[in-house]
Amino acid sequence: MKKLMLALATTAAVFSLAVSAQAQEKLKACWVYVGPVGDFGYSYQHDQGRLQVEKALGDKVETKFLENVAEGPDAERAFERLAREGCKIIFGTSFGFMDAELKVASKFPDTKFEHATGFKKSDNMAIYNARFYEGRYVLGQIAAKMSKSGTAGYIVSFPIPEVVMGINSFMLGAQSINPNFKAKIVWVNSWFDPGKEADAAKALFDQGADIIVQHTDSTAALQVAEERGLKGFGQSSDMIKFAPKAQLTSLVDDWGPYYISRVQALLDGKWTSTDTWAGIKDGAVQLAPFTNMPDDVKAMAEATTKKIADGWNPFTGPVAKQDGSEWLKDGQVAPDGELLGMNFYVKGVDDKLPQ
Amino acid sequence: MGMLEAILLTIATASTPLLIAAVGELVVERSGVLNLGVEGMMVMGAVTGFGVALSTGSPWLGVLAAILVGALFSLLFGFLTLTLVTNQVATGLALTLLGLGFSGMLGVGFVGLPGERLPNLSIPVLSDLPLVGKLVFGQDPIFYLSIILTAGVAWFLFRTRAGLTLRSIGDNHGSAHALGINVIGIRYLSVMFGGACAGLAGAHLSLVYTPQWVENMTAGRGWIALALVVFASWRPWRVLAGAYLFGAISIAQLHIQAIDLDDLAFLPGPLYWIAGLVKSVPSQFLSSLPYLATVIVLVLISRNKRLTMMNTPASLGRPFVPDR
Repeated sequence: MKKLMLALATTAAVFSLAVSAQAQEKLKACWVYVGPVGDFGYSYQHDQGRLQVEKALGDKVETKFLENVAEGPDAERAFERLAREGCKIIFGTSFGFMDAELKVASKFPDTKFEHATGFKKSDNMAIYNARFYEGRYVLGQIAAKMSKSGTAGYIVSFPIPEVVMGINSFMLGAQSINPNFKAKIVWVNSWFDPGKEADAAKALFDQGADIIVQHTDSTAALQVAEERGLKGFGQSSDMIKFAPKAQLTSLVDDWGPYYISRVQALLDGKWTSTDTWAGIKDGAVQLAPFTNMPDDVKAMAEATTKKIADGWNPFTGPVAKQDGSEWLKDGQVAPDGELLGMNFYVKGVDDKLPQ
Repeated sequence: MGMLEAILLTIATASTPLLIAAVGELVVERSGVLNLGVEGMMVMGAVTGFGVALSTGSPWLGVLAAILVGALFSLLFGFLTLTLVTNQVATGLALTLLGLGFSGMLGVGFVGLPGERLPNLSIPVLSDLPLVGKLVFGQDPIFYLSIILTAGVAWFLFRTRAGLTLRSIGDNHGSAHALGINVIGIRYLSVMFGGACAGLAGAHLSLVYTPQWVENMTAGRGWIALALVVFASWRPWRVLAGAYLFGAISIAQLHIQAIDLDDLAFLPGPLYWIAGLVKSVPSQFLSSLPYLATVIVLVLISRNKRLTMMNTPASLGRPFVPDR
């Protein structure tokens, strides 16, 4: 009996050694998504980034993801599970994962964590985000040039700084072309509800807007624009297939280069806890090809994109707040900290910010 | 008046899937079965409709396939709850979860592809009439189907012998069984009818409302349909009223948000003041209005206990095992 036990124990030990040896060959990189990878929007784009990592680093990595993970305390279990399974680097891709991820990060000091769009950082938790507002400034300029009624419809999800920043940047861009430009703003209070987004687009068009902008995830609004023969902008992915005659351009997230560089850094043993806010310059924010517009508008859009890529910040003074009081002096550039906590509108936005 | 017509059209599109799914569930519940799997059957219909329309190029085939898959999917629920007598609430919830997950798996290849749209009805001259033209003669075929379906169900349940039999099963399956009525068989049929309706509602989403496939695209509409059945106290025409009330309020709140007060300056003083007041309400509150309205109507209806009892199928959700 003893012999048998010993044999069993030895086999088990050998087996576990073999397994761990195999595991060490590949670096395990893991992702946690808030939505389904099939949303063709935010989570879809993060997953495209993961696939780029697999493609670029090939045999050196093994990837894994968890989708549809609810924000808040539930997320803690997801992160802990991945850490226990031997993930060496874990990317949490939604704002609401912040506290849960930080907590798990403190329990697993040897695992590297990365959190998107948040502001809490630790020795083994880096943060990263993309300057989508840079692209939205260009959208604003195009909208002001292309709109006949001088009014855009803007479909938004939740009043968080990221969204408010986008509205403000869009308006600054539009006002730089047409100082009287208006945007009608509709909050749908959801990131993802194609039907509701389509309804909002219809309501906005019915009320005289002729260009649609969105900060929600589906292609529904753009499809309505296509049906009505009007124009709009895509979001997260290039949505030209859904609206070949309506899409002017699309604000595309490309997380791939960042993910590749971070996993590579870990492979090289050079990973440090950083704070990255990448924009058009770094390729994290891209504008899909400018279509359905005259050449002069296209040239203007390209020039502005280049100007921003060269380092100009759309939030450069003079900029006044909605009530007319001064926010940025002439030539003053908004500090990142203020943008990340933005909870006010700039002058000319016709909406009351939900608090 | 172009705007009024446009608003009414938007409301009709938003209400149609709710109406169809709710009318189907109404028949199921009238036979005494509570199927909480509406959301799951609907999303299965949506992915099937989209996929079949995309691969065959015919949205009509997509609609047919969606109806079929909805009915087949509900058969799973029927087998578990009627033949194996599992708990209806738990089984229904499981059906919803299964539908959401399974549809996502089936639809992986459809993500990011523009689909086929079911064309709107277009009758020369009639469809171009001012105001009523588009509304009465120019909508999508499923809209007309939803109205016919409601009328058909109302007629069937309250004007035919078969309808009476179905309702009697829902009210007291023991007595119905004693009278020699095939309780299980009829419940199977009604469950499948509910599934077919949910499938059709899903097809409306992915072939008319927003012609695309994305995971979870039903976004809770199946649950609203379930609530509408209670809201309507198990009466078909009230389901229609409820679905359109729900649709109207959810569209109205979007319009309220978008409207510019300066455009309303022509209104007389008090009306303008009211408009300003409504406009100052936070959007989160406006978004919850349709649900709030549902609760208020439910409270109003339940005031009259006797009437509520009369309409509620007495055997609803209770398992049935024939005596041997």
